[in-house]
Amino acid sequence: MAYSEKVVDHYENPRNVGSFDKNDGAVGTGLVGAPACGDVMKLQIKVGADGIIEDAKFKTFGCGSAIASSSLVTEWVKGKTLDEAASIRNTQIAQHLALPPVKIHCSVLAEDAIKAAIEDYRSKHGAADPKAANG
Amino acid sequence: MSGMTTTATKDERRMGSNEPRPIYLDYQATTPMDPRVLQAMMPYFTEKFGNPHSRNHLHGWESEEGVETARAQIADLINADAREIVFTSGATESNNLAIAGVARFYKDRRNHIVTLVTEHKCVLDTCRHLEGEGFEVTYLPVRQDGLVDLAALEQAISERTVLVSVMGVNNEIGVIQPLAEIGRLCRAKGAFLHTDCAQAYGKVPLDVEAMNIDLMSISGHKIYGPKGIGALYVRRKPRVRMQALIHGGGQERGMRSGTLPTPLCVGLGEAAAICKREMEAETAHLSALRDRFMERINARLPEVFLNGDAAHRIPGNLNLSFAYVEGEGLMMGIKDLAVSSGSACTSASLEPSYVLRALGVEEELAHTSLRIGFGRFTTEAEIDYAADRIIAAVQKLREMSPLWEMAQAGIDIKSIQWAAH
Repeated sequence: MAYSEKVVDHYENPRNVGSFDKNDGAVGTGLVGAPACGDVMKLQIKVGADGIIEDAKFKTFGCGSAIASSSLVTEWVKGKTLDEAASIRNTQIAQHLALPPVKIHCSVLAEDAIKAAIEDYRSKHGAADPKAANG
Repeated sequence: MSGMTTTATKDERRMGSNEPRPIYLDYQATTPMDPRVLQAMMPYFTEKFGNPHSRNHLHGWESEEGVETARAQIADLINADAREIVFTSGATESNNLAIAGVARFYKDRRNHIVTLVTEHKCVLDTCRHLEGEGFEVTYLPVRQDGLVDLAALEQAISERTVLVSVMGVNNEIGVIQPLAEIGRLCRAKGAFLHTDCAQAYGKVPLDVEAMNIDLMSISGHKIYGPKGIGALYVRRKPRVRMQALIHGGGQERGMRSGTLPTPLCVGLGEAAAICKREMEAETAHLSALRDRFMERINARLPEVFLNGDAAHRIPGNLNLSFAYVEGEGLMMGIKDLAVSSGSACTSASLEPSYVLRALGVEEELAHTSLRIGFGRFTTEAEIDYAADRIIAAVQKLREMSPLWEMAQAGIDIKSIQWAAH
């Protein structure tokens, strides 16, 4: 199992580690994974009045690839609209970090974390997402 | 080492000689050879190169003498007779030979084997194989401390049980099984006791007479001897019989054919002799290192859990769960330490160690475990450095861990509905 330079860089210098107040109306929180599986990611987005994600933070329990995947997506979602952020695919994450096949699930989890954070934000702001409103 | 993953990646191993080598703290995986062992072996590679089975000239005789001296040294450490030692390629072969060899020989009379779920894969896999041949195998669970439940073991042994196979010391968690009590139960019920002592031989006192052990697997490279050599102790009185796995010239009294590798045999013998002389001092040295390490860790890190019984364990092994920090992620942060992780995150299965799970260690804690192995050449300075590196890495990763954050906020992690993935 060789880690790519990018994974090592994100592991050693993780971007945007931390937390926002999850009760803040401008914040959307996604918590995905399970401790028993060895991976838990918490991704939070802070959305401006213009609907643009102005900041993001993460905390991750997991291997180096899981930490790198979540660190990377905090960089990627900043400056994006919710729809743009929701279009980030796990394959892009995996490709950027050169994840080996056994670590693809880390990128899947990061994609899920973005979606969960967006869904949480939208559920706080009415039924922009019908799924969130119903669920 | 089954179920464990090692720290360094291939790329890192290739990084070259200008990088300092990681501190070796993986003595249960293997040990460096003691220079005294190498010294004893050297003449047998070049001058005394004869085939120890050659009966017609000095070359053969001097090799044979080397082999027989080694055999006596190996036997001496466990109060056995030299004629009860069979050389093999290692403990895996010894385990295969003991279990399959005995089971097949006595098949017509008894066809049941009892073992533990925490045994090494080479024991479990041999048993699985024998199930395919029509044997019945009982895989006994262990207690939470990793030790065998003697009452359950007694119940499991019947008049159809030919063999009970229980390891002396577990390779992952270092716990010492009560072999004397197990031996008494087996003897009372007429079943043979085989014990995989790859991790016990040379580390803890063993006496095949006092403990009623009928077969014992021994490894060279776990006791500062060479790799590629092991031995099987096979009791002569009352005699244990077995079918050979390797057929040929009938060496090793027909139990294991093939020309003996004289230098390796001599190395194993010398390694055993050193263990016998130094076991007491080494145990004291390792206990002191272990206590020093744990004190340093416990002074700075809360919520570190020892896996396996605290009292009945070899001093050179610590299996620790660093709650809220995933093991593989942790290993990446301590690349200058060569340790093993109980988290099998690199395998496709995502399953943590089967040994830790057998202890009932919760899966989330099993994912946070490291196996740290100290040995003969470990120094206090290395221990201090290792503890400090682990403390720093765990602190950094806990700051990054959502589980740690929840625990600090008083949220019960078990109360959350986690999605399975």
